[in-house]
Amino acid sequence: MIAAADPMVPNLHRIQKVTQETSDTFTLALAPSCGRKCPAFRPGQFNMLYVFGVGEVPISISGDPATPETLVHTTRAVGAVTAAMKKMRPGDQLGVRGPYGTEWPVAEAHDRDVVIVAGGIGLAPLRPALYSLLNHRERYGRVVLLYGTRSPEDILYRTEIQKWRSQFDLDVHVTVDRATGKWRGNVGVVTSLIPKAPFDPYHATAFVCGPEIMMRYTILALLKRGVEKDSIHLSMERNMKCAVGFCGHCQIGPLFVCRDGPVFGYPRLEKLLDKREL
Amino acid sequence: MKEMRNLLAEHPFFESLSPTHLDLVAGCGKNVVFEAGRQIFREGEPAEYFYIIRHGKVAIDVYAPGLGNMSIQTLGEGEVLGWSWLVPPYEWRFDARAVELTRAVALDGNCLRGKCEGDNALGFQLLKKFSQVMAQRLEATRMQLLDMYGTSMKGGGRKLS
Ligand SMILES: Cc1cc2nc3c(=O)[nH]c(=O)nc-3n(C[C@H](O)[C@H](O)[C@H](O)COP(=O)(O)OP(=O)(O)OC[C@H]3O[C@@H](n4cnc5c(N)ncnc54)[C@H](O)[C@@H]3O)c2cc1C
Ligand code: FES
Repeated sequence: MIAAADPMVPNLHRIQKVTQETSDTFTLALAPSCGRKCPAFRPGQFNMLYVFGVGEVPISISGDPATPETLVHTTRAVGAVTAAMKKMRPGDQLGVRGPYGTEWPVAEAHDRDVVIVAGGIGLAPLRPALYSLLNHRERYGRVVLLYGTRSPEDILYRTEIQKWRSQFDLDVHVTVDRATGKWRGNVGVVTSLIPKAPFDPYHATAFVCGPEIMMRYTILALLKRGVEKDSIHLSMERNMKCAVGFCGHCQIGPLFVCRDGPVFGYPRLEKLLDKREL
Repeated sequence: MKEMRNLLAEHPFFESLSPTHLDLVAGCGKNVVFEAGRQIFREGEPAEYFYIIRHGKVAIDVYAPGLGNMSIQTLGEGEVLGWSWLVPPYEWRFDARAVELTRAVALDGNCLRGKCEGDNALGFQLLKKFSQVMAQRLEATRMQLLDMYGTSMKGGGRKLS
């Protein structure tokens, strides 16, 4: 009999490529060190990445679910573990556990318009959903990406966004909080894009990811436009330890973000989002 | 005049304004065009007009010493530029610049204030509409002040460096 793999033991992965996205955000492409295959993942899921000797953090998978051979993660350096990760170079090794968590319900959105609202680093967990939609573009109505970030210098996946923009089957609208110099795009909060974005609110599914405060205002704007509560999905963040529903570290009210989330339908979170310090 | 009235009637800002009030407002309007890069007004100048944007994009800029001109908001089709004409001392609080070729209706603040004095119901309607614009802008400014993307996704984090 073969013993089940211990869910707390990370698998060794080697960094294939590092892409510096902005001054504090970088993308790592990883491959298993021992020639194993990377497990398939669904858009919205995350891995626990272990920087040896420093610690372990949950990071969403930001690559294309159709090409799981390379594991892609985009991370913003905010503290001890992520700052140590930022210093890593191709050839260095990391521990990986996962994939964990719930997914963006892309299949539920068939035949509907899809509006993706991302704030800051929140675009990373949403990118696999965008890839899935684009890989099966004929199954969806209008697909709209609304992306808000701090300044033009903080825009993630710049080249890819430019490519998406030039496609005729995807509407991309980017806005920044403030800009100096040559920026000719939108300035203002991401919620200001919602009233005029080209989608049919009564037949639209929304995927939202970003800082909680941004998600709260985004939900208000989506509801005001006429999107149904059941059609709004969010990805939540909480500090994690085990990532498999044992320790309770990631609890929001009765929910465990690692096991019940990170992607939740808005109705499940509605009462919890407004509570302070949950 | 008729054409101006129709232009205003089509604009979302004047939705729900009665035909009589639309006629009054139209009497204070004129069509304007700003080429890309044209300065529309500057901070401190008298706020003689407000603008109903029909096409194009306008940036609201503030001058920050050491940083130069910083855009804090852009406005586009269907939006309204300027509320300083309504509030003493009737001076612009910011700069405004056309980012793209912009077509707008300029409404003369002095003329409108006169009509509002004569027809308080019109004054009340306009005040309601402008308070909504101001409330939206205040909410947006608050969100920008929070610098929410600079913090962690949860919102309680702190940026390194
Ligand atoms: C499911 C999930 C998916 C995530 N996906 C990504 C991703 O794709 N890219 C990315 O950059 N980050 C992502 N995060 C956030 C990431 O896990 C944290 O930024 C990371 O754990 C910080 O660890 P650290 O040791 O570098 O910082 P720490 O030293 O632990 O903390 C630095 C600062 O960040 C705050 N902080 C730490 N962790 C979190 C957290 N989870 N939520 C909110 N604030 C936190 C702390 O309060 C502190 O102020 C995700 C989190 C979750 C739960
Ligand atoms: S992280 Fe342990 S229960 Fe979710």
